[in-house]
Amino acid sequence: MNPSISLNVNGLKRVLVIEARVSLLDALRDHLGLPGTKKGCAQGACGACTVLVDGERINSCLALAMQYEGREIVTIEGLADSGVLHPMQQAFIEHDGFQCGYCTPGQICSAVGMLSEFRSGAPSAVTENAAASDQLTDAELRERMSGNLCRCGAYIGIREAIQQVYGATKP
Amino acid sequence: MNNFTFSRATDTSSALKLISRNPEHGTARFLAGGTNLIDLMREGIEQPQSLVDITLLPLSEVQQLPDGDLRVGAMVRNSHLAANALVRERYPLLSQAILTGASAQLRNMATTGGNLMQRTRCYYFYDGAALCNKRAPGSGCDAMEGFNRIHAILGTSPQCIATHPSDMCVALAALDAIVNITGSSGERRVAFTDFHRLPGDTPELDTNLQPGELITSIDLPASSAGLHSSYRKVRDRASYAFALVSVAAALKVDGGVIREIRLALGGVSHKPWRASVAEDLLRGKAPTPDNFAAAAAAELAPAIPRRDNAFKVELAKRTIALVLSELASGEGAAR
Repeated sequence: MNPSISLNVNGLKRVLVIEARVSLLDALRDHLGLPGTKKGCAQGACGACTVLVDGERINSCLALAMQYEGREIVTIEGLADSGVLHPMQQAFIEHDGFQCGYCTPGQICSAVGMLSEFRSGAPSAVTENAAASDQLTDAELRERMSGNLCRCGAYIGIREAIQQVYGATKP
Repeated sequence: MNNFTFSRATDTSSALKLISRNPEHGTARFLAGGTNLIDLMREGIEQPQSLVDITLLPLSEVQQLPDGDLRVGAMVRNSHLAANALVRERYPLLSQAILTGASAQLRNMATTGGNLMQRTRCYYFYDGAALCNKRAPGSGCDAMEGFNRIHAILGTSPQCIATHPSDMCVALAALDAIVNITGSSGERRVAFTDFHRLPGDTPELDTNLQPGELITSIDLPASSAGLHSSYRKVRDRASYAFALVSVAAALKVDGGVIREIRLALGGVSHKPWRASVAEDLLRGKAPTPDNFAAAAAAELAPAIPRRDNAFKVELAKRTIALVLSELASGEGAAR
């Protein structure tokens, strides 16, 4: 008999009965009617499946849904607030941060998680002491977003969109 | 992916009990971040009948021990370890190495213990249609005469030329870390360089961890704290790629003489390669480019290159000499 689990997705408690082998990605898309999160490579190489768990970005394709009971999961569908787009979503539209749009939900969730990491002082391979840096350089942005591929090559717009949100929300 | 039974352990003893219900090698696995195991299961390379989730175990702390060592719980996420203030202050080499590996998403999932348990990224290991002694012992090795650009040059065997993919482990080898392990027959401590294995005649075994045993923590010795160190990774892309060659190095020069040196290599062997030949040659010598080059050449002398990876021999020599020269001249650590 398949187990019943309870997931907290976009602020709602969702109960579902699934096999243990179902990934968080498939649970979201196929079982919970949230197809905004995309399946690209299904091996953790492209970032299309990026969602936020307790505020941190992860690859939902390499996560078993069973492991994420009790965690706060936010997908692209959960970023807007009462019909108003999240600033990162709005910035991607304004800067043409996409062409086909397939990688976009992952890019946006990843960018939201990335800015939160940067502001908390998390280091990267580019900057040893991010806490002391008040500037998100393009080298820094590229390194921190390297887990999200865009095969259309919309990187210029993606970078501009993220920089706009970073600049607009600077403390 | 094959289906399996799934259970969640909340403490170490219940985890050991749950895994011991399926003690035979290959039927049960501990599951932590899942970034490697879930991928291998999806490819059919791993087909466990049972998974024991250990992410709820109380092993997520970095704590200072009374003797000055730092104990890193096995469930500390890679991103949290790299960002930890004590680690960045005392063991910047470890923080640097972690940050050159994988992507931010993967580092948020992957755990300290799981990083040690990563399996090789050899294409033939991953391809169920190819011959691979690691995946199917005794079947042969398609990498030997195949496309072997990413493969090992040191410590290989006629059975296997796979490399260990971790960056973090290269730093841990240089830092003389200790792996704390628990199992049904008690606890034991293993020197980091004895944890992973060379392939020999049993390439299916990556580590010396016994079936049913669990890594509980890694100890970073106080004697390795504050070293002047640097991690350099050479790869095909600027970010998010496995190492072709990587070098973890620490150097202490006093009175024009090398007093202390730590050197480990990634991307060249079945295990993180502690370059003790070069270390022994350099200890007590002057930190000159010629001495660095000679030591690097001696370390790489036993290398057995294959058709596509001969470049790694020269790349390793030059990267070792470069990193040590930068450290000796006061550069490097600041990157």
